[in-house]
Amino acid sequence: MLTLICVALFFGATGKSAQLPLHSWLPDAMEGPTPVSALIHAATMVTAGVYLVARSTPLFTAAGSALTLVAVVGTLTAIFAATIALVQVDIKRVMAYSTVSQLGYMFLALGVGAPIAAIFHLATHAFFKALLFLGSGSVIHAMDNVQDMRRYGGLRRKLPWTYWTMLIAGGALSAIPPLAGFWSKDEIVGAAFTNGYPLLWGVGVLTGALTAFYVTRALWLTFHGEPRDHHLYEHAHESPPVMVLPLAALAVGSAFVGFIGVPPEAGFIHGFLKPALEARGGEIAEATKSPAAVTALGLPATSVAAGLIGIAIGLSMYVRHRPDPAAVARAAGPYYRILVNKYYVDELYDHRFVDLARAFAGAAWAFDIHIIDGLANRLGWLLSLSGTGLRRLQTGVVGNYALSIVAGLLLVLGAYGAYAAGVIKP
Amino acid sequence: MTHLLTLLIVIPLAGLVPLVIFRRDDRAVKQVAITTTAVELALSLWMLAQFHIGEADFQLVERIDWLPSLGIRYFVGVDGISVLLVPMTTLLTFISVLYSSGGAIKMRLAEYMTAFLLLEVGMVGVFLALDLFLFYVFFELMLVPMYLIIGIWGGPRRIYSTLKFVLFTLAGSLLMLVGIVAVYLASGDAGSRTLSLPELIEARGSFSADFQFWVFLAFGLAFAIKLPMVPFHTWLPDAHVEAPTAGSIVLAGVLLKAGGYGFLRFALPLFPFGVQAWLPAMILLSVVAILYGAVVSAVQKDLKKLVAYSSVAHMGFVTLGIFVLNQQGGVGAVLQMLNHGFVTGALFLFVGIQYEKTHRRMIADLGGLANIWPVYTTLFGVFVLASLGLPGLNGFVGEFLVLLGTFRFPGVPLGGLFWGPLAAIGVILAAVYLLWMFQRVMYGPIRESYRLLPDMSRLELACAIPLLVMTVVLGVVPQPFIAIIEPSLDRVVRLATDPGLILMAAR
Repeated sequence: MLTLICVALFFGATGKSAQLPLHSWLPDAMEGPTPVSALIHAATMVTAGVYLVARSTPLFTAAGSALTLVAVVGTLTAIFAATIALVQVDIKRVMAYSTVSQLGYMFLALGVGAPIAAIFHLATHAFFKALLFLGSGSVIHAMDNVQDMRRYGGLRRKLPWTYWTMLIAGGALSAIPPLAGFWSKDEIVGAAFTNGYPLLWGVGVLTGALTAFYVTRALWLTFHGEPRDHHLYEHAHESPPVMVLPLAALAVGSAFVGFIGVPPEAGFIHGFLKPALEARGGEIAEATKSPAAVTALGLPATSVAAGLIGIAIGLSMYVRHRPDPAAVARAAGPYYRILVNKYYVDELYDHRFVDLARAFAGAAWAFDIHIIDGLANRLGWLLSLSGTGLRRLQTGVVGNYALSIVAGLLLVLGAYGAYAAGVIKP
Repeated sequence: MTHLLTLLIVIPLAGLVPLVIFRRDDRAVKQVAITTTAVELALSLWMLAQFHIGEADFQLVERIDWLPSLGIRYFVGVDGISVLLVPMTTLLTFISVLYSSGGAIKMRLAEYMTAFLLLEVGMVGVFLALDLFLFYVFFELMLVPMYLIIGIWGGPRRIYSTLKFVLFTLAGSLLMLVGIVAVYLASGDAGSRTLSLPELIEARGSFSADFQFWVFLAFGLAFAIKLPMVPFHTWLPDAHVEAPTAGSIVLAGVLLKAGGYGFLRFALPLFPFGVQAWLPAMILLSVVAILYGAVVSAVQKDLKKLVAYSSVAHMGFVTLGIFVLNQQGGVGAVLQMLNHGFVTGALFLFVGIQYEKTHRRMIADLGGLANIWPVYTTLFGVFVLASLGLPGLNGFVGEFLVLLGTFRFPGVPLGGLFWGPLAAIGVILAAVYLLWMFQRVMYGPIRESYRLLPDMSRLELACAIPLLVMTVVLGVVPQPFIAIIEPSLDRVVRLATDPGLILMAAR
């Protein structure tokens, strides 16, 4: 029963926090204004699911298998969304799938028994992802509401503030030390390894490399290279101070807020959250076992290396065209198309589930009209028919009535006689 | 004021006198009707103020021998279950009359208002009557004016619809009459027979199991058709589509409640064994209504039909709450009746307001109305959200309590953990069909011919605001209302679940 409750709670969290299979609303919700995306869809509202599961840590700890489900769903979502972000050309969609992916990391942390790391990542992510969204908004504003990165390019000269702040946020998202994202994400991936989920750790590290790649790609396409749409480029301009100042403030946070989690396992945030997440009257599972020195250094090193490899591949592909991105896309063929189409999840939902539901509802209505109401009308029709039939008996000829009276009388007398003789019993 | 409840029944009748005198003057007719229903509303609020909260038994009771040789009495009173339904009725009637005075009714206004005042007598009487015979009189009295309202002032298919409405309801109420006669005969020996509720509750120990099984069926069918429960609901969409706006408001807001109220007032306390026997069917049909009504709503093309089918789903919550036979479920059911009255009444009002302006009711013909009607869109949006059970508005409170009661339902078949989640899916489906409808009607491109249509008038606002207030108040501070309902509801649940009586009847 407890497991069932936890699974139900977690299912609610997957809806709010855009985890598989309920993730597809979040990228679509990015149609809203960019500040709304930054606040609601990146930093605050979507993390409510993470918060819910973190708050319920004592419950989930008691129902062990639910935690494994949380970890697996989180990891799958992380890599699933990261692969989609690799190939999107709309700058806000890249950020949206990145958000889904990072939320996946938070659930991975919750699932492997490191709720503190999850909340820590929630906090750092709020800074750098809000910054990335507001920065995207600044770019979109400058580019006459064009969101297609293929028409950007070279904007670092026109939008220096936006560029530098987004670079910091991108570094934080790619988990480059000592920026904020490094401390929190590394703690999550490390916890997966030390708490006995090496496979999830591997996927987490791989996702880290993918993350670094798509960040590099997005930033390069936007700010470096040659302008690809000269008309838009000519009219581009840095945003007014009222838009730039928040970027700067968030950049400071993206750079330094990670230090509330330093040193790992014993930083300010760990002491701050530990009492809140402990079950009353019981201990939560020790967040992470203290690892050996080799692991303690090896794990972050691996993560950072993965991030650097991702950046290196990104730079190589987009700066030196080695290999050329278009060639890679051609070579990958169907795989590329699957990613561009986001694994066809929207199509699956629209054409399978929604169409099916509509067809079902239509059938239910037809049932209502033809069967339920049909029966009622049929009954009415039958009654009026029998009325028409019975009316013929009312002939108005006295002789007919007399005949039926006599017949009835004989019937009653006969029945009475039979009863008196004991032939029938009441 | 000792004759408060009688006054409540008499005032609409008294209003008929000036109405007949001034029948040729439409303006005077409107004033008389509005004044009468306003006085009735004020008096019903006064009654609510007189009500002692925390007492389970009937209050403000009046009892006069009517047909003493038959043991039939004029016997009225209110308890926590009915004391809130009466002001709801008078408020919705007042709003209906007010809205109808705005020009929606183009002919025979005096006759129309007469029908409404008579309807009010029937509706108020149903919630006050404590004698089964009296209840039956008022129950039937509701039928005739509504038959006329739909049949004379209704849409193109009004004759078919109104006949269907009457035949369905009459079939049910005649069965109930058979049940009433049976109860009367079983209530004692010749000379001591009675139809008044408290005495019947005393006498119910002598009702055999077989007797209860059949009599519950007779009463239950009448209430199930009125409510309506699936599969007796098909009169409802037709009646709503053809009824004039005010008719729909009262039909959905009040008339359907007579069914739910009948279950709580008579069927549950009088036939505990019958309840147990029919419980599985009632629970099943309730959950089916919740899901089926919602699914069928989703594909409706006509706005009024959509709201009508949503009523079927919402009334499913009422019966579910009643038949899980515990306090949360029952209180939730009564709240759901109030909420449905205010919210669905409002939804029909808004569909009607919209129809008066565009003369279109098909969802496909509408769209983009938010561009021209900011006030209408905001208010309609609030009622849509209330109807789909958004926390903070009233729909949530009733549905949540019903679901809570359902989860605690231990009974057969299966348990609350089976029925509860199924019913909860109905809440999701409500969001689907209501938000989808709202999107298609209010957003998107607008027809050029609608551009110049005015937003809500002052009269339309005056009709909507009281419903809005109730929607918010019931959503934010439901506790005072729960406190009024709870003691009486507890009493009904105790009477319906008396294990000694159920066992005795079973033997």
